[in-house]
Parts: sequence; C-alpha cells; structure tokens
Amino acid sequence: MMAGGVADASDGSRAERFKALALPHLDDVYTLARYLLRSASDADDAVQECYLRAFRHFDSFRGGPIKPWLMAILRNVAHATSGANVRLVFTADTGEPQGGAQILPLWREDGDTPEQAMLRRHDSETMRALIAQLPAEFREVIVLREINDLSYRDIATVIEAPIGTVMSRLARARGMLREAWIAAEGRGQS
Amino acid sequence: MNCDEAKVLMHALIDGELDAGHAREVEAHIMGCADCAARLREFQELRKAMTPAAMRYTAPAGLRERIEGKLPALPATGASRRAVIKGFAGGAALSAIAASGVLVMVMRGDDQRRVLGEVVSAHLRSLQAQQAHLIDVQSSDQHTVKPWFNGRLDVAPPVVELTAQGFTLLGGRLDYVDAKPVAAIVYRRRVHIINLFCAPAPGSGNSGATMESLHGYNVRRWSENGLNLWAVSDINAEELAEFGEKFEAALKQ
Repeated sequence: MMAGGVADASDGSRAERFKALALPHLDDVYTLARYLLRSASDADDAVQECYLRAFRHFDSFRGGPIKPWLMAILRNVAHATSGANVRLVFTADTGEPQGGAQILPLWREDGDTPEQAMLRRHDSETMRALIAQLPAEFREVIVLREINDLSYRDIATVIEAPIGTVMSRLARARGMLREAWIAAEGRGQS
Repeated sequence: MNCDEAKVLMHALIDGELDAGHAREVEAHIMGCADCAARLREFQELRKAMTPAAMRYTAPAGLRERIEGKLPALPATGASRRAVIKGFAGGAALSAIAASGVLVMVMRGDDQRRVLGEVVSAHLRSLQAQQAHLIDVQSSDQHTVKPWFNGRLDVAPPVVELTAQGFTLLGGRLDYVDAKPVAAIVYRRRVHIINLFCAPAPGSGNSGATMESLHGYNVRRWSENGLNLWAVSDINAEELAEFGEKFEAALKQ
C-alpha cells in the first residue's frame, strides 16, 4: 500500500493499517466509553488512551474481528480511569440531564412525525438514563449487546468471562432494566 | 427444562444465540408455561422500546484527529520544518489511501459475512433433508470418498480419516456455496454433524483459522493449498477448533 522511497515506511504503514482497521469503530468505542464512564470528557480521554494503547500492542492483535479487541482495551482503560477517580464510580447518575446540552440527542430519525420523533427521543433518553444507573457489571453487558451489537462470544472476550456468565448477567441486567423502565413509565404517567 | 433455566435461556433465544435444538427446547417450555411466556413478551417489549441507533453516541470530531495526530506520521524522519510540512502532505495522501482501504475492507467483510451465511444455510439444508441429501457417497474410507469427486469438481478436495481422533468420516457430497460447486465432506462427532466445505480459491495463500458463529452454528474458516475451507457444526467452538487442527495435522502427514 505504501509508496516506496519513504524512510521508516514500516512504522508509518503499520500506523496506516491500524487506522484503516481500528478507526471505523471509533463511534462504537466512544459509545461504550460514555456508558462506562458517564462523562463526556472522561470518555474522550479514555478512547484516546485506548487507541494509543491498541496501537502500541497492535502486533499482539491476532486477526479476526478487531472491535471486541478494542473494546476489551477500552474497558481496561475505563477501569483504570474510574479507579483513579473514585467519584465516577459512586456518583449515582440520577438521569437528570447534567448541563443540558451535553445529553441532547445526536441523531435524526427520517420519516418520523414531530410527535413520533419526540416520543422516540423521550424513550431513548429515558433508556440511556436507566442504563446509566445499572451497576457497572450489568451496564456493560447491556451496552455491548444492545447498543454495540456484539455476539455473546465477543462479549465474553471483552469482559473476560465465560459465555455462561455473559448469558446470566445479561438476563439479570434486562430484568433490572425492565423494572426500572416500568417504574419510570409509571412516574411519567402519574 | 424448568423455569430457572428458561429465564436465562430465553435471552439467548431473543438474541438468536441458541442452536436449533436448544431453541426448540426453550420454545417448548414457553408454550407450556404462561409465566415464562409473559416474561418473554415483557422482554420483547423492552427491546422494542430501545432504539440502538438513538442510544449511541458519536465521537466528537476533534477526537479522531487527535488520535491520528498521535500515531506515527509518514515520513517519520528528522524534525526539520521541511519534514513536518512533507509529513502533512503525505498524511493527506495517506488518509485518502486509508479511506479507500476501509472501503475495500468493509466490502470484503460483507462478502465474507454473506458467504458465512451461505455455508451455514448449506449445513442446515444438509441436515433437514437428511435422507435425501446429506451424503452422495457414503463411506468411512477416504480412498472411496476422495476419488468420487473426480470429474465433479475442478479440484481434488482433501479427505482424511479422523475416526481415531473422535471424528467419524461419513462420506461426501456435492453442494453449492456462493453459486459455485463445492465439496462437502461429512463427519460425525457423537450425535453432531460437521460439514467441511472446500471451495477452490486459486491464488489464495495459506491463512490461519478464524472462528465465527452465526445463528448458533460455529464456523471455522481457513485457507490452504489454493482451497478455502469452512467447517460448520453445532458442536462447541473448542471441539470444532480441535476438529480443524486434527484435520490440518492429518493432511500434513
């Protein structure tokens, strides 16, 4: 892929190969970081650290899908981050939009009427907030499965646990989310 | 199956992660259990309320640039201003190359995904019409199965006996994947069938095995000696990997 005659082309072409493989998953990795760390600026830092770390260890990447590999690194970075900054772990996010603008939806749905769009936005915001309140080990499996769309096998790789654990944790996570959702719906109607 | 098992497995059912046998078991339980049926409906409702696209975040524009900026740029010589300027110019050209690289990768990925779907479908077809078309040539002798493909395919597929290693050769048949004739070599592990599909792939080098799964079936894919090979089965990934390794080892003997 590289033009000849360039000094240190091997290092540069390695970087290009890495970029071509890893950067398409930036939004996915960033999404996971947002849910794990619950802060835009911490997510930003963690994703940057994740990519640099991934590049340093690119030689140890053994092929196959790169997304789970990146997410496993992100998860380790996020754990280190929240370890260093205990506030992040124990601050209960109440689902109240902090700073308003930050939580504004970044998507546009085509073909929705304004009412539908508003309902959908409401649902998604509620759901984001409810997921953010789940304990970390349940939050991560829900996000990896429902939002990052990973298979059980890939989730098992990311969280370094057997598939059976993935399955039972996901079952519990959905149970907790369902109860929280019903409670939130009730508040919404009353 | 009891409710405790069904409570966990219904999630794998919703996610399409169960093999056909387990899916039937869970469905059978749910048919006969009003509680579990109600629970399953609730989880399906919950799923409907989630719009993954709307729950995602988009990385801020500056983040990508910051990451790219910290990776080694081309050409990484000296620190003279001239080199830096050159580096920028080179960077732009490389971004274009990288962008086209991404495109090729995405397309190749889709293609592999589609072929993966096809081999799993071919595997399922072979099981559903068990009497009709699992096996064209039935023999546990590799010297009977291998010559049968002569004149039916452009290549001689590798056929090895692995009975001693726990995989019984049942025979072979002609199948179609990606609209091209392929050899399917059929093995049995306990009660599970393994279909090994071999398609000629001229010019392809040897590539290491990758393991993937689709609809609860595991697929081990690799290339060697101008052949693409896919081993498909509902046995677990570890055993399928073992099958692939034993197969490759036997070929080398």
